[in-house]
Amino acid sequence: MSSETRNSESYVEKPKTLAELREGIASGALKAADLAASYYERIEKVNPRLNVYLSLTKERALEQAAHVDEAAAKGNPLGPLAGIPVGIKDVLVVKGAPATAGSRILEGYHPPYDATSVTKLEAAGAVLLGKINCDEFAMGSSNENSAYGPVRNPVDTERVPGGSSGGSAAAVAANMAVATLGTDTGGSIRQPASFCGVVGVLPTYGRVSRYGLIAFASSLDRVGPFAANVRDAATLLGVIAGHDPKDATSSLAPVPDYALESGRPVEGLRIGVPAEYFGEGLEPEVRVAIEKGIEDLKAAGCTVKPISLPHTRYAIPTYYLVATAEASANLARFDGVRYGYRSKDSATLADMYRHSRDEGFGAEVKRRILLGTYALSAGYYDAYYLKAQQVRRLLAEEFLRAFAEVDAIVTPTAPTTAFKLGEKTGDPLSMYLADIYTVTASLAGICGVTVPCGTTKVGLPVGMQVLAAHLNESTAFRVARAVEAAQK
Amino acid sequence: MSAKVTVKDVERVAELANLELTPAESEGMLQDLNAILDYVAQLNELDTQGVEPLAQVSELKGAGGVSELRPDERNPSLDRAVVMAEAPETDQAFFKVPKVIER
Repeated sequence: MSSETRNSESYVEKPKTLAELREGIASGALKAADLAASYYERIEKVNPRLNVYLSLTKERALEQAAHVDEAAAKGNPLGPLAGIPVGIKDVLVVKGAPATAGSRILEGYHPPYDATSVTKLEAAGAVLLGKINCDEFAMGSSNENSAYGPVRNPVDTERVPGGSSGGSAAAVAANMAVATLGTDTGGSIRQPASFCGVVGVLPTYGRVSRYGLIAFASSLDRVGPFAANVRDAATLLGVIAGHDPKDATSSLAPVPDYALESGRPVEGLRIGVPAEYFGEGLEPEVRVAIEKGIEDLKAAGCTVKPISLPHTRYAIPTYYLVATAEASANLARFDGVRYGYRSKDSATLADMYRHSRDEGFGAEVKRRILLGTYALSAGYYDAYYLKAQQVRRLLAEEFLRAFAEVDAIVTPTAPTTAFKLGEKTGDPLSMYLADIYTVTASLAGICGVTVPCGTTKVGLPVGMQVLAAHLNESTAFRVARAVEAAQK
Repeated sequence: MSAKVTVKDVERVAELANLELTPAESEGMLQDLNAILDYVAQLNELDTQGVEPLAQVSELKGAGGVSELRPDERNPSLDRAVVMAEAPETDQAFFKVPKVIER
């Protein structure tokens, strides 16, 4: 079993809260430039072991910090993230900084533009520290699929941080950033947040612009924040959410003050607990921790209601057909022509495409491209892709019915705590099952927050997933804050 | 669904996807694909006759999705020189690639 022992080597360090840091910066007691420098020192010290950052954007960070300090000195109004050091998952583009998506195929690529979420963070005063390691093209649940080596879990360096946004979770857990951005297609924010003991947010599909996100599965991909506490995660989401004309699927709905909303009492909220998320495969210690969290919600005045989501067991097969089909189309663009890696000395164009892709992509990416191409190919399209899309509707409608009766649904975020490096790399299917509780919300487009909810006996973090209906992030944050408050 | 994939299938799909696999890679992928396809075959348990496929959650009622497209307007695009600087080989105006047709 993976949770029996824990390596004593720990890099866990909690960042200060946004409120504390901002107050210091606004009053002049803390200089944004000094804060950024202290984060670079911390990164220099622990990055060789944890492998979180792939590249640093020091020049841009220090320039932004100087702007913030100047504004603070003049008494000018400061943005909600003024001077706050943040890290960006390396599937989001930052102008001029290498963008790898954890892949060799993008070697040498320096995107000429910023992702909208990055633009918004910077406009709010955030200081971008650098680009953060992840599974190749965000495909993976352990960060072991990165072409640049795995990230280690700061809680226990012999364990994975989860994936695909493993680096973004580890960065917050080890105080290598106050907050980070990640992306979630099937659980890639929530599962690593759970494994590293931090807060991770899956915004409603369309809530945050995907412009500048290197696409994996466009109908599922979301950009969302990681932070050390729920309120700060809510603040981050408030900054990056909103309509963007550059993303045709981005929602026009107004953005609430999530941080404020997150503090509203939970008394009277109806919480659904779906039996299907507590069955076979759930590690006993995870179950105990989540059940304790549910008791805490009852004590806080919530009404807990058992519910049933019978299509849950079909979510993984549905997800892996939909996601790989979309990936096979999205990743067709990497062909060695316009950017990134090109194989040398190919005689013909067709050879150049094949060699570049063969040498540039890792095994998991090839596996998913093949599966997706197969599911979309003539003769199989109806049986696989169309079938999966039909089941996707059943799954989504099941959630909509559930949310007519409850305000939020709570589940374990993952069936296990962080597993050991190398434990699942030989068996792709067992790795896919790490996402068994997260892919459902991905397919349905609903939102969720994962919040630390106790630890196992040896101290490995457990995360509770709080799901809410489309565009109802405020409720998910409220419930998550109640769980968080009960931890202390 | 659940038809066994053969090495020939893997090679055909690899060709469609412009991937070149070594024989060892093909063998490994064959095993993985069969295991995954066996697993996804459980979707056959569900009767989905008459269920409308869901490609985008914005199609769902109450999901907050966008139903109207923005007006088609001209906007500035990236500077050609900046874009070309990222390419493996160009003549400044065009991307250069190996020959497409023999002779």
